[in-house]
Amino acid sequence: MPGDLNWAVGGEAGDGIDSTGKIFAQALSRAGRHVFTSKDFASRIRGGYTAYKIRTSPNRIESVVDSLDVLIALTERTVEENTDELHEGSVIIYDGERTMMEDFEAPEGMVGLSVPLQRLAEEAGGAIMQNVVALGAACAVCDFDVSYLDESLEKRFGGKGSSIVENNKQAARAGRDFIDDEVAETFPYDLETTDADYVLLNGDEAIGMGAIAAGCRFYAGYPITPATAVMEYLTGRIERWGGHVVQAEDELSAINMALGAARTGARAMTATSGPGIDLMAESFGLIATTETPLVICDVMRSGPSTGMPTKQEQGDLDMLLSGGHGEIPRVVVGATSVAECFHKTVEAFNLAEKYQTPVYLVADLALSVTEQTYPPEEFDMDAVEIDRGNLVDPSAVEEWQNDSGQFTPHAATEDGVSPRTIPGTPGGAHMTTGLEHDELGRRTEETDARVEQVDKRQRKVDTARRAEDWSPREFGDGDADTLVLSWGSNEGAIREAMDSLADDDTAIRFLSVPYLSPRPDLTEAVEAAEDVIVVECNATGQFADVIEHDTLTRVKRVNKYNGVRFDADELAARITEAIGGGGGGDDGSSDGGKSGEGDDDAESDAQQEVTT
Amino acid sequence: MSSESSDVRFIDFKSDAQPTWCPGCGDFGTMNGMMKALANTGNHPDDTFIVAGIGCSGKIGTYMHSYALHGVHGRALPVGIGVKTANPELEVMVSGGDGDGYSIGAGHFVHAVRRNIDMSYVVMDNRIYGLTKGQYSPTSREDFETATSPEGPQQSPVNPLALALASGATFIGQTFSSDAQRHAQVVQRAIEHDGFGFVNVYSPCVTFNDVDTYDYFRESLVDLGDDDAYDPADYEAAVDRIMDTEKEYQGVIYQDPDSVPYEEKHGVSGRMANIPDGAPEGATDLVREFY
Ligand SMILES: Cc1ncc(C[n+]2csc(CCOP(=O)(O)OP(=O)(O)O)c2C)c(N)n1
Ligand code: SF4
Ligand SMILES: [Mg+2]
Repeated sequence: MPGDLNWAVGGEAGDGIDSTGKIFAQALSRAGRHVFTSKDFASRIRGGYTAYKIRTSPNRIESVVDSLDVLIALTERTVEENTDELHEGSVIIYDGERTMMEDFEAPEGMVGLSVPLQRLAEEAGGAIMQNVVALGAACAVCDFDVSYLDESLEKRFGGKGSSIVENNKQAARAGRDFIDDEVAETFPYDLETTDADYVLLNGDEAIGMGAIAAGCRFYAGYPITPATAVMEYLTGRIERWGGHVVQAEDELSAINMALGAARTGARAMTATSGPGIDLMAESFGLIATTETPLVICDVMRSGPSTGMPTKQEQGDLDMLLSGGHGEIPRVVVGATSVAECFHKTVEAFNLAEKYQTPVYLVADLALSVTEQTYPPEEFDMDAVEIDRGNLVDPSAVEEWQNDSGQFTPHAATEDGVSPRTIPGTPGGAHMTTGLEHDELGRRTEETDARVEQVDKRQRKVDTARRAEDWSPREFGDGDADTLVLSWGSNEGAIREAMDSLADDDTAIRFLSVPYLSPRPDLTEAVEAAEDVIVVECNATGQFADVIEHDTLTRVKRVNKYNGVRFDADELAARITEAIGGGGGGDDGSSDGGKSGEGDDDAESDAQQEVTT
Repeated sequence: MSSESSDVRFIDFKSDAQPTWCPGCGDFGTMNGMMKALANTGNHPDDTFIVAGIGCSGKIGTYMHSYALHGVHGRALPVGIGVKTANPELEVMVSGGDGDGYSIGAGHFVHAVRRNIDMSYVVMDNRIYGLTKGQYSPTSREDFETATSPEGPQQSPVNPLALALASGATFIGQTFSSDAQRHAQVVQRAIEHDGFGFVNVYSPCVTFNDVDTYDYFRESLVDLGDDDAYDPADYEAAVDRIMDTEKEYQGVIYQDPDSVPYEEKHGVSGRMANIPDGAPEGATDLVREFY
């Protein structure tokens, strides 16, 4: 599209790649342009290649694409890593005066621009600013006013004093001037600006902001990629509203701390990734059995075991739907976009308290690391509603006491939802236990009481199934013969793929499913379609299994599990292929594309240092 | 910390559930002392939260009356930390067995001690796994024969007091469940302590431990409560008692008079349960930060 640009900065981890990319992304956002970012991190400690990639357009964008127009390469390896994306006319900005790059030559057909980044940075006040010089040069190449960088430079360096900020602004201008004065070529890029005001945030930040909006006051967590940013976001912010973050000694502790806070009446949360969810499984059953409202967030990454910690995967669905010993009624809600990370977090807190149940809030690595622009109205705090469920007013406690004046925290009510008192409420004192218990919360192995409690816990979820709106998010042509189903972050790439498929006259009905349990009954939609294609980032098709189970119909599967998220072009091709007969069939398995082999090559030689 | 505190008697902390402990079990005495200490410190069941571990010891959650949670094995301390942080006005007492606290939950013990949250932790140490019917525990003697240690565990027992000290404890007490008065008094001091009040209570298991018996503890424990010259604020003196391989002690063994609880250091106060009907005031500032 005219006005679109795919841009990246890459180098070694530890080179400040992330903050450099973020400064440019913010500048684009300030200029009223949409931004969608992604990150390559083979490793996150010094020694590995890493890149920050930006796709920008005056129009809304929802996905990454397989193309790179302008690349700031701090190392030669950055160029090698991106051979597939670079194309005829791509511009590569590098510092040919540095020994490590002195022999570098841009590949055939591309434009290599050697800019003395380090020297210009030193002249502006310090070599450390070489990335900012490169940003200035990139602005000149893209015909983008360098002053848009100023605000983000202030944001980034403001805390270090005004002279540091000024030096950085100078450094950016030195980079721009070098291109304007010393480089003869002209470039076809024109980053038009608009008057729009956008905010730029990633999924973890959206979850954190959603938690505060929803009244979360207690967070306990143990650092793990890619969920750590939720804890880092909340730290230093939640305190403004009297909240607190505890960095626990492990996930067993984190979830039990959150449980304690929740039983004290606080809206509480923990966030982790697959390995942490494993550790929390036993306590998850305790939370469900004691009917404690708690939000447990799983930002999925590639597994099993330590897997590929910085890589995308949606492999935890089976565990989230049925993990933990015994039978555990639960709610599982997934975010399908960065903005939805905010909205679903708010919903998760309400569902947890209304139905006094643990809620798994699911996101994935692609959502957590993507910085995306939205109009600020997307996060309308005035629209946030809080529903605390059956929290008993202190004056009404007696209504929920038995004949002996004892409070009944697990009263087997008609809808299954019991009264709840907050510690400190007179007359509301009660115990509860992970042992099967009676209405008083005391251990029992009496058969009738057992059945009564199992039923009432299940009844809450049945009540929720009736009372709440579990509709999927619908896109495309409602009458299309092809139905695409998905969950999690694939939504954006599928939507974009649909645009290009529509240009080829392929109509698609797309249902993006945020509610995984309880979930919408998709039988009608599945039966009405000729082809049903389930798209997900895992090897076996866990969501496809769920759909087949629910609808008793075989579906076609488009899977990817090489650690890289789907992009729009790739999905358009995979969906077309699936419609053409690939995938599905009696065995329900997919074609060769199932492995996402196309992308394996690009990743295979990437150094796989592990961040755990 | 109730306004009606003066009316509260220890019996108010007792539930109407009948204990199923073996007759003679040390846990009876331990629990009675806990209830007395809670009443003596002016607490009310409606303002008290008890967290119990899993084990014979963990049953106190059922036998006492208060807000309470009986959780999963080994995770009682984190629950207590969450409760206290969410409402520092509550009196929080965590209790469990030696297996619960020093084996499966040992990691949490170290970190709960370090955090120094203003709550108390009473461990009913019978040097055995009672509930699972008599396997050796982390405090069992090296030569203690059980079903899973026919020759004895052949590994040195944990010294819980030393573990606490090494983790930065600000209050270390030890008692014996049948010395009712001293026990209740030390638990009371643990409750009153500004920080993490840890008390290891010898609560004999009459069914599975014929070595660490009432007689053994009665004869071997030296009572520091009787020793006017003993100063619990004296760290070196506490180290000497805790590392003593000849004798065992009861009483308040160590108390840091300058202890500042976690809540104070972190500015945690107020009830987190109280939230507005919509997004909190000023939440829109969070959106603006992303410009
Ligand atoms: C995860 C888990 N593992 C094992 C058990 C079985 N279990 C219950 S209590 C217990 C040990 C109890 O010993 P202790 O904590 O000393 O308590 P006591 O019964 O002696 O009071 C064990 C191993 C369990 N409930 N949960
Ligand atoms: S088995 Fe031991 S610890 Fe358990 S109740 Fe009986 S005496 Fe007490
Ligand atoms: Mg024991």
